[in-house]
Amino acid sequence: MSAPTDHGHGHHDDHGHHDEGAHGSRKEYWIGFLLSVVMTAIPFWLVMTQPIGKQAIAMTIMLFAAAQMIVHMIFFLHMNRKAEGGWSIMALIFTVVIVVIALSGSLWVMYHMNENMMPTMDMSQMG
Amino acid sequence: MSQPAAYTIDDFHLAEEPHHPEGSSTMLGFWIYLMSDCLIFAMLFATYGVLGTSYAGGPTPRELFDLPLVAVNTAMLLFSSITYGFAMLAMVDGKKGATQAWLLVTAVFGLAFLGIELYEFNHLIHEGAGPWTSAFLSSFFTLVGTHGLHVTFGIVWLVTLVVQVQKRGLIPANRRRLMCLSLFWHFLDVIWIGVFTFVYLMGMLR
Repeated sequence: MSAPTDHGHGHHDDHGHHDEGAHGSRKEYWIGFLLSVVMTAIPFWLVMTQPIGKQAIAMTIMLFAAAQMIVHMIFFLHMNRKAEGGWSIMALIFTVVIVVIALSGSLWVMYHMNENMMPTMDMSQMG
Repeated sequence: MSQPAAYTIDDFHLAEEPHHPEGSSTMLGFWIYLMSDCLIFAMLFATYGVLGTSYAGGPTPRELFDLPLVAVNTAMLLFSSITYGFAMLAMVDGKKGATQAWLLVTAVFGLAFLGIELYEFNHLIHEGAGPWTSAFLSSFFTLVGTHGLHVTFGIVWLVTLVVQVQKRGLIPANRRRLMCLSLFWHFLDVIWIGVFTFVYLMGMLR
């Protein structure tokens, strides 16, 4: 039975270098899981039954997706401002900025390219 | 004009490397890898966003997607997330057997997810909606397939760690590896939120 000794050593060692919140607690995992279930079930229900207009549903499910991503970040990935001396959150913020620019930029540019195509333009008549 | 003899090239770098405990920077390094992986997925989402309505006369999302199946798939991934959390809690408590057991439960949910996804892909291809049919389907298969590949490698990694823990126990190195995989696994779940919202649910609204 080497497990208990492993535990004592490893546990101490681990917490010497990492912050206490790196693992989370059982309660945290349950809260995260239950919130995720609710935030998954509502969008699926909305799309399957369509009780309100499509535009409203689209906005609602996007909000739920954003909220659920934050829930996962906090309760499962144990993200906080202090992890790794603040470098984790800095890397995350940088990534989110790049992702938002890339996504919104691509969609915006390509949508307007489509909009501004001349209506009579037909590929079969070209060159 | 002559410099003192002691002023040598050695003065331009530290004579002794500062000591860092082994693996002290692994978690941050792995997090930065995940962020770069996030950018890969952002590009694939952007591609899908641009090409997602180019059906080329082929089938549309509403004709293809089976929402109850996607809901089951999402549930599998969500269950695997909390069971991985239990594995981490068992690890913190130093319970080797429980850690391995929860890891294997996680692997089973992961395999169920993959199985459903492969069934869906197979079904789509047999309906004549393969990735070659339209730009919409090309970008769909690339995005969802890349996520599926990540899950596949996550399961390979997971099984490897079960064997590692069996052989060496919950040593600090294995704890670190388990924490990295924890980040990876939960990260894939975050990506899946994007996939089921933007690809499947928004697809059904079109």
